[in-house]
Amino acid sequence: MDDSSEARLLAALRAGSADAARGFVRDNIGRMHAVARRIVGSDADAHDVVQDAFLRAFQSLDSFRGASRLSTWLHRIVVNEALMRLRARKRHGLTESIDHLLPRFYEDGHRIAPMPSWSESAEVLLQKREVRAQVTRCIDTLPAHFRTILVLRDIEGLSTKEVAEALDISEGAVKTKLHRARQALRCLLEKELSA
Amino acid sequence: MNDDCRDTIAFLDDYVDGTCADAEREVFERHLARCPYCRDYLKSYRETISLSRGVATAGDEQTLAEPPRELVDAIVDAIASARRGGDKG
Repeated sequence: MDDSSEARLLAALRAGSADAARGFVRDNIGRMHAVARRIVGSDADAHDVVQDAFLRAFQSLDSFRGASRLSTWLHRIVVNEALMRLRARKRHGLTESIDHLLPRFYEDGHRIAPMPSWSESAEVLLQKREVRAQVTRCIDTLPAHFRTILVLRDIEGLSTKEVAEALDISEGAVKTKLHRARQALRCLLEKELSA
Repeated sequence: MNDDCRDTIAFLDDYVDGTCADAEREVFERHLARCPYCRDYLKSYRETISLSRGVATAGDEQTLAEPPRELVDAIVDAIASARRGGDKG
């Protein structure tokens, strides 16, 4: 959408056009639902998150200053709504371990039984729909507190500081968990992609 | 940091994110130069990050490519209702 189309859409939304509102929801709900689902982990919770996020976005339209695209602004609102939902939950899955998915070492620091990784590059692999589904499944397999950090940092692009503040943990804890989550995901992908 | 696989992998995120100190990077790269396993691990670690990012931008994982009409209706109705409430206030 070019700048003038976006300006027209914004004006129509601010003027209360029901058609513009419906179009805006329809055009963005798929991607926003996917974002919410990655963070909260279920379709039902993602439905609630996008519903609340759209409502909040429409209530905040007057404060939108146009510093980013409308879709980027909406994305941030969805992430915030999803995080609020996560915080409201009990700290589910905090004790779930991923140690079995991490590399193992001998006492002298050398790796035990390293396996050859997949040979194709991510760029090539991502062209295959089946592989994209495998990657999504592997991410979903991670325990919630690891998955959330990986999703927020590596997929949704939040900084370490932003994730730490959102989850109320230290930046050091974010870094440690992100590294472990990436290693665990790498192990899961290795099994999936070499099968 | 020791020049072995365990420490190399422990510092991998700092190396990939470009945040490790020069001295650590030197040890890291010395180990990589002679350890094919860690070179392979580094490559697949980077590919893992790219795959995570890639699935999010590929588009086909939009779980609601055909959004349920009821959900869209519910959202639009909630927006209209909130507006009516706001207008009254």
